[in-house]
Amino acid sequence: MSGALFVPLSLTPLLIGVLAAIACAIPGNFLVLRRQALIGDAISHVVLPGIVVAFLLTGRVETLPMLLGAAGAAVLAVILIEAVRRLGNIEPGAAMGVIFTAMFAGGVLLLEQSDTSSVHLDVEHALYGNLESLIWLDARGWVSLLDPEALAGLPPELLRIAATLLALCLLCWLFWRPLALSTFDEAFARTLGLPVGLIGLGLVIVSAGAAVAAFDAVGSIIVIAMFICPPAAARMMTNRLGHQVAWSVLFATLSAVLGFVFAGYGPLWLGFADAVSAAGMIATMSGIILVLAASFGPCRRRVGAPTA
Amino acid sequence: MPLTLASRDGATPVAEDLTRAPLSVRGLTVAYAEKPAVFSVDMTIAPGRMTAIIGPNGAGKSTLLKACLGIIPRVSGQVQIFGQSLEAARGRLAYVPQRASIDWDFPARVIDVVLMGLSRELGLLRRVRASHRDRALACLDRVGMRDFAERQIGQLSGGQQQRVFLARALVQEADLYLLDEPFAGVDAATEKAIISVLKDLRAQGRTVVVVHHDLATVPEYFDDVFLIATRKIAEGSVDTTFTADNLQTAYGGRLAMAQLDRVAG
Repeated sequence: MSGALFVPLSLTPLLIGVLAAIACAIPGNFLVLRRQALIGDAISHVVLPGIVVAFLLTGRVETLPMLLGAAGAAVLAVILIEAVRRLGNIEPGAAMGVIFTAMFAGGVLLLEQSDTSSVHLDVEHALYGNLESLIWLDARGWVSLLDPEALAGLPPELLRIAATLLALCLLCWLFWRPLALSTFDEAFARTLGLPVGLIGLGLVIVSAGAAVAAFDAVGSIIVIAMFICPPAAARMMTNRLGHQVAWSVLFATLSAVLGFVFAGYGPLWLGFADAVSAAGMIATMSGIILVLAASFGPCRRRVGAPTA
Repeated sequence: MPLTLASRDGATPVAEDLTRAPLSVRGLTVAYAEKPAVFSVDMTIAPGRMTAIIGPNGAGKSTLLKACLGIIPRVSGQVQIFGQSLEAARGRLAYVPQRASIDWDFPARVIDVVLMGLSRELGLLRRVRASHRDRALACLDRVGMRDFAERQIGQLSGGQQQRVFLARALVQEADLYLLDEPFAGVDAATEKAIISVLKDLRAQGRTVVVVHHDLATVPEYFDDVFLIATRKIAEGSVDTTFTADNLQTAYGGRLAMAQLDRVAG
């Protein structure tokens, strides 16, 4: 394929897909190790009302209000889950299920009632993502990467996800040690004076940030696959935390690239006319990678591994 | 740093806090779902000695230890460590949790776990240097696990896991060691290795507190004993406190007379 077509039509959605997958995979490692993978699911659902409220308040789709709205919704969800659990004496899983579906439903209703016709914010987009439409119309080929005028026309979603990923990597690097320690041995971490509760809440908020940033690319349903599949597959490849995170980044990248390419061209190769949803194909690829890692990964059979 | 011992001729103690209890608890109450697990407990741990916290299952032994360390919240009561608040004294204590409370499938090697003991020293961003690794390896050596440094922790036996946890506490170089059931489910060789390390710590003037369940080994291993059954039953040296009467009070009808004769005859 020539750069003249690839750069404007495929480069930016591909990049956005890759960055979004990585942004979800990194905090996903810690969620999976904490046996809190479902929190990733909860977060991806509760950020929807947060994003919609932020949009209703500001009237625009902009990064900061959306991130704040989503983080606020995530914190509210954590508080509500805890409240339902304590007041109703209900087990955490059930409390989580009630709160995140209720908040998600609220988000869908708000979205349907509000006038979002002027912007790319509608129910279908929120659910399934909008990757294919994030194109770079100002680009004329590879040379546009050096052209300031064309660069100014880059889709804002790309800058949003890049900034989010950068912040997330920085936080992860800065708090690596407390995060790893409180994930492995919470009681011991407390005796060292680490604010274990705050670290857990921070992880939830960072994951909410990743979910928002990935919202454009894969929507709020399929994002759960990006939180869980690459880290879970990475666990089968290594017995070291640092290496696991690196593997998860590689698997996230692979899922996004393969998913995007197969969604766009796979049906044509098979003789069908239309492309399929890139978000769906990315999630499918991450699932296939997980199956392969679970079948052939060097660390798939572990003595201490949890059994069903 | 080991405590500096007071000079023998009765002059002023070199380390002032030798006169202060390593761990002192007043009126400690802890409740799970409004039911008290530990009720209004006073406890004073003597310095440079090995103390066993004993009592029947569900008597609040582990709960007492965890509440002292702020791992679980307390309803009321004060805890002082070497006469200081818990916050101020964190650098002087080392805690060994129950082995079963941990997910051993976590992706880490033995050496990684021991290095976690240096977290306070390393802070957020200081890199692990060769000197840190050497200290961790030396501690693994003390528990006979040096050859396992590169092993994934999930591949270890229960006894080996317990030794790794002890090594992590050793690298903290604390003055007060608190261990929760370190002998539960370990092999005889591990039990011997652990008790020898703990006795070394005592010989260096450090204080060791162990939540213990095996009454038969109490007189052999420990200097002092603290008996608890939700409330404090008794505390003091093994000679005076580890008596059939006290045990009967703590355990109620759960100990047969024959057992009592054997352990505290």
